[in-house]
Amino acid sequence: MLWLTFFFLLPMGFLGYQSLQSGLFPNFHFTWAFSNFSTALSDYHTQLIRSFAYAGIATIACLVLAYPLAYWIAFRAGPWRNLFLLFIVAPFFVTYLVRTLAWLNILADEGPVVRILRDIHVLGPNGRLLATTFAVVAGITYNFFPFMALPLYVSLEQIDERLLEAAKDLYASPTKAFLRVTVPLSMPGIVAGTLLTFIPAAGDFINAALLGTPNQSMIGNVIQAKFLESLDYPTAASLSFILMGTILVILLIYAKIVGPEKLTG
Amino acid sequence: MNRRMTRDELLRRGAISLGALSVPSLLAACGGGGGGSSAASSQKLNKVLNFANWPYYIDTPATLKAAGIHMPTTLQQFEKKTGIKVNYYEEINSNPEYFAKVQGRLSKGQGIGRDIIVSTDNDRFLGEYISQHWAQKLDKSLIPNIKNLIPAQQHPPFDPNRDYSLPWASGMDGIGWNEKQTDPVTSVKQLFEDPKLKGRVGVWNSMGDTLGLVMLENGDDPSNVTDASFNRAIARVQKAVNSGQIRKFYGNEYAAVLEKGDLAASMAWSGDIANLGDPKIHWGVPTQGGIIWTDNMIIPLGGSVPTASTYMNFMYDPVISAQWAIGANYISSVKDVKAEAVKLDPKANSNDLTFPTDQTLSQMHQNDPKMLTNPAYNKKWLAVQGQ
Repeated sequence: MLWLTFFFLLPMGFLGYQSLQSGLFPNFHFTWAFSNFSTALSDYHTQLIRSFAYAGIATIACLVLAYPLAYWIAFRAGPWRNLFLLFIVAPFFVTYLVRTLAWLNILADEGPVVRILRDIHVLGPNGRLLATTFAVVAGITYNFFPFMALPLYVSLEQIDERLLEAAKDLYASPTKAFLRVTVPLSMPGIVAGTLLTFIPAAGDFINAALLGTPNQSMIGNVIQAKFLESLDYPTAASLSFILMGTILVILLIYAKIVGPEKLTG
Repeated sequence: MNRRMTRDELLRRGAISLGALSVPSLLAACGGGGGGSSAASSQKLNKVLNFANWPYYIDTPATLKAAGIHMPTTLQQFEKKTGIKVNYYEEINSNPEYFAKVQGRLSKGQGIGRDIIVSTDNDRFLGEYISQHWAQKLDKSLIPNIKNLIPAQQHPPFDPNRDYSLPWASGMDGIGWNEKQTDPVTSVKQLFEDPKLKGRVGVWNSMGDTLGLVMLENGDDPSNVTDASFNRAIARVQKAVNSGQIRKFYGNEYAAVLEKGDLAASMAWSGDIANLGDPKIHWGVPTQGGIIWTDNMIIPLGGSVPTASTYMNFMYDPVISAQWAIGANYISSVKDVKAEAVKLDPKANSNDLTFPTDQTLSQMHQNDPKMLTNPAYNKKWLAVQGQ
């Protein structure tokens, strides 16, 4: 409780106070300036929608990529399980920033990936990967992959294999057994993984800042710029609240769809 | 020596100089004093100078060696001469970010553990530090070398009498290009409109630099900005963003990207290109003219004025400044620095980036300080960057 007060409620209260201030740095005054919210929303709805779109695509991409991998490790990797789990986590011994910077080199216009793609005519002669929407979404997918893969693995690993055998005994095809038994039983992992991926991805700014252009700028970039470059704290604070509120609404809708008990595990 | 003692001494110092005001003869005696006065001032000096600066902004053993100069660095010479140890922090990467970091303590009248910080005159924050009284007055009695300050720098609008600040270095805004990737790029028009450069053009994320060059291209005066000329410049940048011509808005990191080849051409600072020392990267003043800016040293609250002033005096010696300029590749504001530099390295004579000729300087313009502090302009500038 004390923890929550100090590290959540107090900062939130301060942020709320700040979001209702007006004036110019460093002379802000508290004026119940609710107009901060409407102005912020009308100025930056493009970036807000873009953030949720990118986070959504990246979450789905993570799920599609991580599910087979987690499934394979849980059911097929046998004694090598821990080694493969280590492989998923290993890149994350390097800091977030450096990992993303590495993509700058991998995807560089004069780098090997782009050169090969140009040679096989996937990209035009002047085509590029860096500074595109693809690069930003791919960066987010890569950076949040373990947050999807690990919860999936945990829930898949807990499935009693005898249930799958039982499904087979009852003449379920492998596809049907997967859809009717495996997927429902791994639902807690899917829910936890999507939340752990989607929520931080929606507020992410590093991928857009390093791998994108102004046309890929996300809401996190706006908040960062407002706090640190234009020193417009009230707008930055109201944008933070808008981001938080929107995530909460999406979360409630999601809970409604998958069933609230799944969210709490 | 702890901070409390320093502050007491500063107060005492203040009282002494107040008293001295009423006794002009005493002041004269102090100012003109020989051994006695220097002993008095050394008492007030700290043993350590904490100096916050931008990266790659000072001579190092490596840069001096590259220039064929076999001397200790200017920092080493200062430490040897004064016995003051310098903690040199390369911690400033952006004016607004640094300002945001230190303003909390400064606004409460507290020190930030630094005796000197460096801030650029074509951003709004240098003026902010001074007008908020977060910078302390220099002790000019300890800076006799201030006489070597070039006339062009003696009366800047943010500090008309140079009471609070002294130039550290100047640099020029121009265009850099990679000859492996493109033909020479000589104008902002070419940078923004040449279809061969699409998606491979960089500009700065600092408003004064980028819009200054665009205004010159538009035939507008960057040192006297109107709403109309500002909007024209923003519209031109917006067009280049929308068409995909501009890849990104960069801070200091554009130079490496230009060298790697992801950028074919970019708005570029003279010193960065000189520091790269890469023969395939070229730099030029745009046909419509360039912008010159100056980074200034100030003493933030809590910093030791005598210690900082002593260092500033040291750097305003033309011999020292010449060595620094060769090692850092930026422009010094100290008189006769070119003559001294040629003695150290004859190549300095033809180095137009670090020791620009009058002809190059005549193509340079300065930013309008009113533009930099206008919040509506700053908002539009962020908006064009998608922020």
